[in-house]
Amino acid sequence: MATVELRFSALPSHVRTARLVAAAVARQAGVDDSVLDEVRLAVGEACSRAVGLHVRNGVSHPVRVKLTQQEKRFLIEVGDGVPTPVTAHADSSAAEALSLAAGAGGNGGGEQADDTMGLAVISGLVDDLVIGHDDDGGIIRMSWPIADPADDEL
Amino acid sequence: MDLSLSTRSVGDRTVVEVGGEIDVYTAPKLREQLVELVNEGHYHLIVDMEGVDFLDSTGLGVLVGGLKRVRAHEGSLRLVCNQERILKIFRITGLTKVFPIHGSVDEAVAAND
Repeated sequence: MATVELRFSALPSHVRTARLVAAAVARQAGVDDSVLDEVRLAVGEACSRAVGLHVRNGVSHPVRVKLTQQEKRFLIEVGDGVPTPVTAHADSSAAEALSLAAGAGGNGGGEQADDTMGLAVISGLVDDLVIGHDDDGGIIRMSWPIADPADDEL
Repeated sequence: MDLSLSTRSVGDRTVVEVGGEIDVYTAPKLREQLVELVNEGHYHLIVDMEGVDFLDSTGLGVLVGGLKRVRAHEGSLRLVCNQERILKIFRITGLTKVFPIHGSVDEAVAAND
């Protein structure tokens, strides 16, 4: 199992770097070109969400991204350092995000709406998605199939 | 790639041409631009996204915020986009029902509803 791990300070400017690294490693692992855009977007959403959580909770630890090439799947885990389990679920809808945005007085509601919209995008993009937590904080696990090299030889 | 923004007037509409990546880092610049336009009295906006390479939920949030602002002045916010990978994000989030999305700036300028 080949792995690449990335840790970055919770700064919005580093999210793009995480996207680029994840897409490059996914391509190298054999993830189909047609889904690389999805990988890039999903990782970006997960990292943006983690950065937001770190900033709002005053967490100084870096955001963690682990990219693992398994036999038939490419696994991406994005971990935040916020210890309490996050209550939001993957089935959060964009409609909910919109209602939050509409009701936002310009304060926390907008951030919460962004967070919900981010989860809505991830859950719409990724078939294999688990939102949970480990000892360090919340964690989003996503995976995509790796194209079988044997198919290329046919 | 960073975000590029330019604006121009077409009749009573203001076209905001956006290029590059709209994400958690660059979205605040787009938000500032939309807020500034509304504060200056531009209530009918067309956001041309043909030059956008990447859009995430933060960008969607900024566009929804812009829509709220123009609607408060009985204005409109229309999008111009033909890129499938960008349109997919609007579809996933159900925002195709919220934003009028056009194939060209001319079409958006001509639209009335």
